[in-house]
Amino acid sequence: MITGIVGAVFVLQYFIPHWPFSKMNAWFSDWFSIVAAFAIWLGALNLMKISAQKVVGRKEDWGYALVIIFSFLLIVIPGFAGGQGYREAGTFFSWLYEWAYTPLSSTMFAILAFFVASASYRAFRARNLEASLLLIAAFFVMLGRVPVGDILTGFMPVGWRLSDLASWVMNYPQAAGQRAIMIGIALGLVSTSLRIILGIERSHLGGE
Amino acid sequence: MRRRHSRHILLFHLFLFCLFLVTSSAIHAQSETPADTAAVDTAKVQIEPPTSVVVTDHKYDDADALELTWVPSVNDRVPGGKVVGYTVFRSINEREFEPLQELLPGSNFYLDESLYRDTLYSYYVMAYSRNDSARSVATEPVSPQREWLHVDRAWLFVIALLISISVFYFISAAKKGEDLFIRKIAGLEAVDEAIGRATEMGRPILYIPGILDMDDVQTLAAITILGHVSRTVADYDIHVRMPVSRSLVMTAARETIKASYQTAGRPDAYNDDMVQYVTDEQFGYVAAVDGIMVREKPATVFLLGAFFAESLILAETGNSINAIQIAGTARPAQLPFFIAACDFTLIGEELFAASAYLSGEPKQLGSLKGQDVGKFVAMVVIIIGVVAVTLGQAFDVAFMQEIFDALTYVFSTQ
Repeated sequence: MITGIVGAVFVLQYFIPHWPFSKMNAWFSDWFSIVAAFAIWLGALNLMKISAQKVVGRKEDWGYALVIIFSFLLIVIPGFAGGQGYREAGTFFSWLYEWAYTPLSSTMFAILAFFVASASYRAFRARNLEASLLLIAAFFVMLGRVPVGDILTGFMPVGWRLSDLASWVMNYPQAAGQRAIMIGIALGLVSTSLRIILGIERSHLGGE
Repeated sequence: MRRRHSRHILLFHLFLFCLFLVTSSAIHAQSETPADTAAVDTAKVQIEPPTSVVVTDHKYDDADALELTWVPSVNDRVPGGKVVGYTVFRSINEREFEPLQELLPGSNFYLDESLYRDTLYSYYVMAYSRNDSARSVATEPVSPQREWLHVDRAWLFVIALLISISVFYFISAAKKGEDLFIRKIAGLEAVDEAIGRATEMGRPILYIPGILDMDDVQTLAAITILGHVSRTVADYDIHVRMPVSRSLVMTAARETIKASYQTAGRPDAYNDDMVQYVTDEQFGYVAAVDGIMVREKPATVFLLGAFFAESLILAETGNSINAIQIAGTARPAQLPFFIAACDFTLIGEELFAASAYLSGEPKQLGSLKGQDVGKFVAMVVIIIGVVAVTLGQAFDVAFMQEIFDALTYVFSTQ
């Protein structure tokens, strides 16, 4: 019932700008943020509990759990000890953020470049008609997106060069396909929302 | 002779002195001219004020905004104009005007938000040059008004209502036992097979519900699918591992898995540690999940929910350990990565349909059939729109262009 009422209110507030509907979106968002802020302790304590159990029981890969506990305390203690200005430049927390967290995060992100290469290699193998079309389209789009594409086709009239072909593929077939997916997603959202609001779908609440 | 010579010397010195005076005064004049001219120029930079300042109610709100428009100063309408900016001044309940907002040259609009009903607001706009200013006439005091309905969204409401009615209709038809055809979704057909593979190999299943919280419908969809997956997992007695990046997802997932184990008659096999919170940080989470994949080598990986840059990193790592991977997301930008790296991909709407499809309940399947009506309407409208705009522009048929404009108006969201 609570899900149904909240869902209906969210739908109504989109069409009714009048008070109290106008404020309900903000109220519910605030409540969610408050609940989520408290819930983060559940998560943090769960992480510490599982890691501590691994270390104490000398379970498999307990060394990683020790690193988690050490890293957690290393960032949390300076954060609390730094008071309200814990993020200001020059604090230990800020130093850790800038010189430990940011490079580590960037390193993980950088791995993506290698994974793109390996995934592209597999995806572009011409195994069947669809994969061959994908390979041809990808070849022209990638070549059209770099200067050498236009250098190679410089003898062609403007509008027929590789960059133009790449733009055409992106603006028409690609955009059309993506919009079809978007329409499907929008309709799927409506259907799912109705199932949840009406209580037909209750799996996320632990129900049938 | 000597006197004559000394007179020449005197004249020469006099000439040099005059030359010095002329040169130095010229140099002095030259060095001072730009600054002095600038000073004279600056002194002359007088500007005209903005005109036609109009304040109107911001439509379709709860009486909390007013729109202010004006015609910029004449000196702001020429290239290289002298206006360096504007300041909007506001008076509340006819009290003294106070500066409210500074704006860039060329500005002619300001939306004043967070206002109150039954309060009078008056405005004027002041244009500035480097050393001059000119203010407009103040507007009459007005109060923001509130409306009950967002009229611009009326068509959207009608469309949503039609789709909802069709969903209701097919749900009730399904309840009455009507046979509804739902096309097969390969990714969902493979769920049982993927779980069976993990059972045969004696390895765990890794379930990743994306990186957004429970307020995202993709996460909700992932948790609903988890209910069906964990029921099968409980039947097969295999281990499911679910690292999550949000505490609320952890709580919801635990409840879902616990309920599934109870339904399967194996509550004793449930363990809270199946679902583990890792971190809210995107790449920290990716590092942890990649580590779990590489160390524990799960036989099956489910990647269902909202994913961003981490989608390919996770999917490629899963691929490298030869896990069978079923992915699904409603983020179109991430779909190509999943298609390239995973065995099965639920594309957009299939993710939302998964729970209903797997449950096989007539009520839920009816809702899927209802959304097909929406797809049919979308197809018809797209075809009409394409024909109308093509004929309208190719043959200059005004009627066709009007049809296209009408469709654009009806289906655009405000």
